[in-house]
Amino acid sequence: MIEYISQPWPWYFSGMAIAVVMFLLVFFGKNFGFSSNFRHLCAACGGARFSDFFDYDWRSYSWSLLFLVGTIGGGWIASNFLTSDAGVQISEATINDLGKLGISAPSGLQPDEVFGLNKVLTIPVLVLVVLGGFLVGFGTRWAGGCTSGHAISGLSNLQLPSLIAVIGFFIGGLITTHLLLPLIF
Amino acid sequence: MKGIKFVLVGILFGIIMSKSEAISWYRIQEMFRFQSFHMFGIIGVAVVLGAIGTALIKKYNLKDIGGEPIKFARKEAGWKRYLYGGTIFGLGWAMTGACPGPMFVSFGYGYWMFALAILTATLGTFVYGLVKDKLPH
Repeated sequence: MIEYISQPWPWYFSGMAIAVVMFLLVFFGKNFGFSSNFRHLCAACGGARFSDFFDYDWRSYSWSLLFLVGTIGGGWIASNFLTSDAGVQISEATINDLGKLGISAPSGLQPDEVFGLNKVLTIPVLVLVVLGGFLVGFGTRWAGGCTSGHAISGLSNLQLPSLIAVIGFFIGGLITTHLLLPLIF
Repeated sequence: MKGIKFVLVGILFGIIMSKSEAISWYRIQEMFRFQSFHMFGIIGVAVVLGAIGTALIKKYNLKDIGGEPIKFARKEAGWKRYLYGGTIFGLGWAMTGACPGPMFVSFGYGYWMFALAILTATLGTFVYGLVKDKLPH
């Protein structure tokens, strides 16, 4: 059993499982949307002194921060008890494209060229991790949601704003992938 | 400890994100290059099942475990914040290879560099809070 679930999961099973997570939260009286946690973290750290955007009772969202703590634990469990040794089985075309940028074929889940701790002071890391993280935090709050809040919860509820947001996600992602990455590496 | 169920669902979500490889920078690159169905399949199945479930909950006026009617928040109308903010998020998503949830999952997985991405993402939200009144919404 453990050996079976330790293999990478197929897309259809993964998609079903994500829908289950969303409906568990819905039946708990909450909603599935992750990026608000960055706002709660700002509010919990005293952000109200700087902007009334952070002046609210963040403690009433402690369920969301508990969910966040769980996700860290889930990653830890997956890496310690449910691992398969192989690198991510991405397509040959992607391996070729990334090779041109100097990124070697996967040997794990994340490329050492971007997330290796010995690379912390290199330009690609500073741009991709430091700037990339900033844009994620800024953009999700401006858009009012991320992949979970807009692409999954919002589209499931047939919200036009969420469709516009998802189109934005892809405009940005395509610009980074095809125009910026060749400049960064 | 009624909060424990949220930790447990979070753990489930972290395992799903890991084993589906949706937290992988490689998978996000593959998606933005349209070179595999994998990520589109994951999101597509989640949305189709999500839409069916959401419609059923509305049709039968289902209640949550506290006995309250389930309500789905409507997103406020408009397009500017969604298009502009969404594009900014997309730029960052293809850089880090991680949307907000997967940043924390990857950190738990042992990719410590994501602590830095989490820090700057929190800073990004903080800066949004400072300048939001000057941005189109």
